[in-house]
This record gives sequence, C-alpha cells and structure tokens, in this order.
Amino acid sequence: MKKKFIILFLILIFPLKVFALIEVDITRGNLNPLPLAVSPLAIDEQSRNEFKKIIKKENIGSEISSIVENNLKTSGLFNPLNKDAFLQAPEIANLKPRFEDWSLIKAQALITGKVTFIDEKLRVEFRLWDVLAAKEIMALAFTTVPNNWRRVGHIISDKVYERLTGEKGYFDTRIIYVAEEGPKTQRKKRLAIMDQDGANNKFLTLGNELVLTPRFNPTSQMVTYLSYFKNLPRVYLLDIETGTQEVVGDFPGMTFAPRFSPDGKKIIMSFAKDGKSDIYTMDLENRIVDRITNHPSIDTSPSYSPNGKFIAFNSDRSGYQQIYIMKSDGSDVKRISFGNGIYGTPVWSPRGDLIAFTKLHKGKFYIGVMRTDGKGERLLTENYYQEAPSWSPNGRVLIFYRETKTNSDGEGFSAKLWSIDLTGYNERLVTTLTDASDPSWSSLLSN
Amino acid sequence: MNRSIIISSVLHLLLILVTAMSLPFLAKKPLDIPPIVSVELIQIAEKTNIPFAPKAKKIIEKVKEKEKKLVSEQAPPKKVKKTKTKTVVSVEQNEKVDNKTPEAVPLPEKTVKKIETKKENKQNPDKLDEEVKQVSEFEKKEFVDLDNIAKLIDKAKIESADEIKKNNDITQDQDRNIENTGLTLSEEDALKAQIFGCWSIPLGLPYNENLLVRIKLMLEPDGSVTKTEILDHARMNKPGQAFYKVLAESALRAVKLCQPLRVPTTGYERWKELQLNFDAREMLEG
Repeated sequence: MKKKFIILFLILIFPLKVFALIEVDITRGNLNPLPLAVSPLAIDEQSRNEFKKIIKKENIGSEISSIVENNLKTSGLFNPLNKDAFLQAPEIANLKPRFEDWSLIKAQALITGKVTFIDEKLRVEFRLWDVLAAKEIMALAFTTVPNNWRRVGHIISDKVYERLTGEKGYFDTRIIYVAEEGPKTQRKKRLAIMDQDGANNKFLTLGNELVLTPRFNPTSQMVTYLSYFKNLPRVYLLDIETGTQEVVGDFPGMTFAPRFSPDGKKIIMSFAKDGKSDIYTMDLENRIVDRITNHPSIDTSPSYSPNGKFIAFNSDRSGYQQIYIMKSDGSDVKRISFGNGIYGTPVWSPRGDLIAFTKLHKGKFYIGVMRTDGKGERLLTENYYQEAPSWSPNGRVLIFYRETKTNSDGEGFSAKLWSIDLTGYNERLVTTLTDASDPSWSSLLSN
Repeated sequence: MNRSIIISSVLHLLLILVTAMSLPFLAKKPLDIPPIVSVELIQIAEKTNIPFAPKAKKIIEKVKEKEKKLVSEQAPPKKVKKTKTKTVVSVEQNEKVDNKTPEAVPLPEKTVKKIETKKENKQNPDKLDEEVKQVSEFEKKEFVDLDNIAKLIDKAKIESADEIKKNNDITQDQDRNIENTGLTLSEEDALKAQIFGCWSIPLGLPYNENLLVRIKLMLEPDGSVTKTEILDHARMNKPGQAFYKVLAESALRAVKLCQPLRVPTTGYERWKELQLNFDAREMLEG
C-alpha cells in the first residue's frame, strides 16, 4: 500500500511537461506580394486561327493570361513572375506541372489553362496550383461568346484572388466617371463608363449639360447622377443597358449628392432650400419622399451602411464640417470625426468596418479611412486637391480623383483617377481616355 | 556538587576556547590594498590642445633621429619618406603649440626613463616605430594612421564578437539548465525568425475572426518536415470559414518553404514533434 502511494506521488509530481508537445507561436509574417507564375493559356492551332479572325488577336491565350497577370499585379498582393524564367511549356504545364521547375523560380502558386474554340464559342479552362504543396487547388471552365474574352480574364483573376486571399476579388467590375475635356473654365463633362482596368471605355451622355457625381446601384446596372436642368441641379436615374434616363422627384429647390441604398430600392440625397440643406430618401417604386434630417445646418453627402441600418453624412452643425452617423430613420445622430481640419464625402465600406472620407487640413487634401465609431483614423494619401473616394466591391481599394494645380497662365490643369489600397502603399493612376473625375465603382458583374 | 560545577565550568570554558580558536571569521586577514593609481588632472578648455612636455619633446626628437638612421639603413625607401614627412610636420606643429601655450604638462620622469631605456635596446625599425607612437602619446592628433585605426576597429569587433559568443554560450547553457523539456528561448526565437520570413499572410482575411491555425509537425533531426497535420482540420470545410482554409494553406506553405527548419542540434527527442500556432490577427489588425 505504501509503495503504491509513493508511486502515485512520484507520478503526480513528475513533470508532465516532458511528454507535452512543444508549441511555438507564430504571430508575425511578411506582407510581401505572393510570388506566382501565370503561364500563358495553351491554345491549339485551329482555335488560334478562328479567334484571330473574330477578335483580331494573334494569341488569345496569351492575351487572357496578360489580363490576369496585370490584374493580380495591380492589386499589390501578388508578384507575377517574369515569363522568360518559365521552364515548362504552357501545354505541358496545364496537364501536369513539374513543381520542382516552378519552385526553382520561387513561384508559390501557378496558374495554367487552355483555350479552345467550340461551337462558335470561347471555352476557357484554368487551374490554380499550390506549387509548394504540389497540388491543384482550383479548376474551373467558362464558355462564352468570343467577344467576352476580357471578362473571362477578369473572372479568372477574381477566382484566383479569392482563393489565395480569402476575400472576394474586384476585377470583373466597371467604373463610371465624369469624362472632362477642354479648358478649366469651359469644361465639357460627359458621363463615361469603363472596365476597372481602363478598357472598353464608353461615353454615356453627349456633354450638352453638366453632369456630376454618378453613383452605381449596388444591385443592378443603374446609375444615379446629378445634372443641370434649367440651371438647377437635379438628380437623375440612368439605365446603362437601355440608355433611358429620368429625373428623380420634382423638388422645388436643388437636389444633389445622390446615392443608392444597399438594396437599390431607394435613393438618398440632399435637398437644399432657404440656405439650409437636409437629407431625404426617395423610394424608387412608389416615389414616396422621406425627410431624414431636420436641422438648420448644411447636411449633405449621405451614405448608407451595407446593412442599411445607418447613414453616414457630413454636417456643419458643430461649426465646422464634420462626419456624423445616424440611424436610417434619422435618430441617434452622433459625431464621429474629431480631428483637425474639415471632413467630407463619407462613404461606408462594403465590408461595413470602415468609412472613407476626404479631409482638408492646412491647405492640403487627404483621402483617409476611419472606423465607424470614428476611431483609428488613417490618412492614406495627401495631395494638392483630391476627393470623392469610392470603394471597390470588396472594400480593399479606393478610387478617387486628383486635380493638378494650374500655372499662372491658367494652364497645366488636369484631373485624373487614382486608386489606393488600404495599406496606403499601393497607389496607382487609373488610365482614362480623357481627364476624369467623380469615379464610382460598380459591384461585381459576375455575382 | 561543587565538583560538578567546576567540571561543568571548565568544560564550558574549554568549549568556548576551542570555538574561538577554530572559527575562521575570527581570524583577521591582512587587508588587500589595491595599488595606487596616479591620476593627473588637467583643465579642459573648449579646444583642448595639450603641448609636449619639454623632456618628452627632446626624447621624441632623439628617437626620431635614431629612427631616421635606422630606416635609412634597413627599411625600404617608400616607408622612409612617409615617416619623415609625418614626423617633420608634427614637430613643427608641436613647436608652434609650445610657443602659444607656456603651461606645459610635464610627463612623469619615471615613464620617460623607462621608455628611454627601451629605445636604447631596440634595433628593429618596425618595433621602434611602435615605440615612437607610444612615446608620442600627446601627438596622437598629428599621427593619424588610418591603417592603425582600422586595425583597432577590427580588433574591437573581434573582441565584442567573442564576448557575444561567450555570453550566448552562457545563456544557452543556463537556459538548458532552467528548462530541459521545451525549446530554450534562443532556440524558439531562431525558429520563429525563420518562419516569420517564410509566411506570406493573406491580406484579405477578416481580422475580427479567430485566425489561429495549429499545425503539428513531425521532424527529422536535420529539421526537414516529414509530416504536417492541421489540428482543426474540420474547420476548413465549414461554411463561412473559407478564410480559414486560405490561412491554413498559407501556414503550410510557410512550413514547406522554410524547411529544413532551424531546430536545435541536440535533444531530438524533445522536438521531433512540434506544434506551430500561426496567428495572423496581430499583423492584420496592424
């Protein structure tokens, strides 16, 4: 009995840790772009000739892979490797990649694929490989009309982006903006639309009237914008597919800063009268107008939260223009910006966690983000003049416009679209045919 | 009765005496007086310019004369030119300084004598060169020998490296003594640092979610990974947890990219199975 007790005692006091698994906590990593290889999509000779006739491109496989490569590169999260370093031919790589060859050039992921011409249609299959794990992690195929080849590239980019980052992509999207031409005092402004990478640019209005602040409907291909009618700014609705447009409501004063509700059923905007402006909503089905704010100050730039329960707007009710949030019925108004300077154009992120804004401080304009309680303000970019941020559908990138200073002769003025991601490091010029302002990012087209 | 008292007191006295004699702390040790270090105090002006002591100057001149002779006899001509110009300039400058500042700080006579005797014995010009530098302690500003500075720096580096090495050895040993079951702090740090560099964190992860991936590794003695196992594997296929799969895959890639892992050279039994807890939240929250 005594012996048993001793043994039991020894077992209890003997350090059990000897048998425990050693644990090491890894709480840091690198945020460098992921090196990946985008192999040109393989194509047989017959398909190549057919596509050459239809879309006038020498090798559609290479063209599609270039779109994918460009998209992933501009995201700032991936580092597509130089094709000259590839050791395996596209046809063979698509069947069975030699992972040793790809890991030799430091690729961690590999995209391969094949393009074929079947029944007058374009069929694209692609595969995503984890080079280090030596396995396929995604394989998809799309069939569409040949003229849609650019969209196929964007959809592949979105799928790869989502698989490797864990969030949805933003490449199969469009941007609507105001195309500007002519001298600063006599600007011709037209509504224009293009793919997010600047391709397929189209002008939607003729430029006879001034247009401003176009905004996409989050659920369909409708746009609301502001245009002058009899020298009064009015909010309009435009169906991009049919080209039809209409005035939203018949207000006796000015209406401006329109934006859709997250379900696309309402428009929220400002209505100015007698030196003050308030926020109103209009139901697009029954055209019923609701007043949301009623304050003797200037309340404008309303933006819904993604769940539709809150509205962010800017107001000068505290003396300076600041950002406020309130419930969607106008109650519980709460100021959230308290930094130095003037805050404006708040836009709620599609993820719901951040609010983007324009800030003017000491003569400089900033594009920044803050949390919805106003904390964690981060200024992403600073310039002479820039404003109107608009979120990518995944809430990772902002597009905005930036104007340059004119010289003493009034020359040198330009307005360009720029994008910046939430890190603040990946700032890029978005190529447009003409000068551009007031961009608005659509939701994913392939949803 | 009296007898017993006497015996008792005698024995007590005896005991006290024995104790007093044998206890070591009672024995007084002679004081170990450290040698006296003599320090000279000088006034520090805005620009400190210490002149030569007259005696020291004479000695230097003598040494240089001797050196010139020796150099002309033994050393290659290039070096002669170099030393000549240097010494001439320095002497001239020192003379000027001497004129300006009459309060010369004398060199202790003993030192001078020692140096003098040393110099007399010396024959080798190279060694003499060193002696001159030792004597001309005051003319360091004039003798700017870049090679020598470089040597000193290198030496300092070597010494500090040796010291660091020694310290590391000590701490590692201490660590091992303290904890012989897990990895020591330095071993853990080495492993962490290696994996930090290999882990590309997917930036699109929702940072308000649980972003902990636990991976169990089976290792070879050289640190290569023979088996990996995601401990919360079931979570990978749960709806709404697609981000977890992305995160787990990135962690696996990091392990594969990093191998062979920087594991300790000893104690294989301790770490042949290892659990890595990848947590991206700290990084993503920024």
